[in-house]
Amino acid sequence: MNVHDFLYYIILPILAVSVVLVFIRFFKGPSIVDRVIALDLLITIGIAIITVYSIITGQSTFLDIAMLLALIAFLSTIAFSYYLEKSKKNE
Amino acid sequence: MNEVLVMIFTGIGAAFVLLAAIGIVRMPDFYLRMSVTTKAATLGVGLILIGAALYFSNVSVSSRVIAIILFLLLTAPIGAHMIGRTSYFIGTKLWDKSVINELKDQYDEETHELYSEDQSGNENVKNQENKPSE
Repeated sequence: MNVHDFLYYIILPILAVSVVLVFIRFFKGPSIVDRVIALDLLITIGIAIITVYSIITGQSTFLDIAMLLALIAFLSTIAFSYYLEKSKKNE
Repeated sequence: MNEVLVMIFTGIGAAFVLLAAIGIVRMPDFYLRMSVTTKAATLGVGLILIGAALYFSNVSVSSRVIAIILFLLLTAPIGAHMIGRTSYFIGTKLWDKSVINELKDQYDEETHELYSEDQSGNENVKNQENKPSE
């Protein structure tokens, strides 16, 4: 079993199952902060999937997009927490 | 040899990501879920990225991987701190089997300032200081 088969038949299904599990929390989450951290975890798993695809296809250019996603996930979490705190204070 | 190392690193990383996904579904409380996403998922993604760096074994790819891991390690604790602080102000309930809430009565509700010392303890210390002089 070479590394491509291993990534394609074992690692990618594991990551896909974890994305489905995080989506369960994303739809079920009782409060809005649960959804925010579920979104954060989704983007983090997206970085992992992009990395695995860049190994499978041999294109290292995909890692640039992973770097962009790592920055944008942080910005979205900070923006959500800032907005939620301010909106609570104004009420 | 190199391919075996890539398999080991990506396998352990995927296992940690799966553990993080199970934890975010199964944990009873927002704060426990938050700890899962910031620790296990960051470690898993970092291991998968190290596997990619070993596979390409290339200076440009390795520098990109180091940059991504550095961004993740820098931003995950800050994001978790901000969202945890916000959820505490919003009033997210703790798990009903939680033993202790050390932040209780330590935050000012209006200005969102944190008192670093116990205020009632300070008053006791002042009273004890005043008593001998009187």
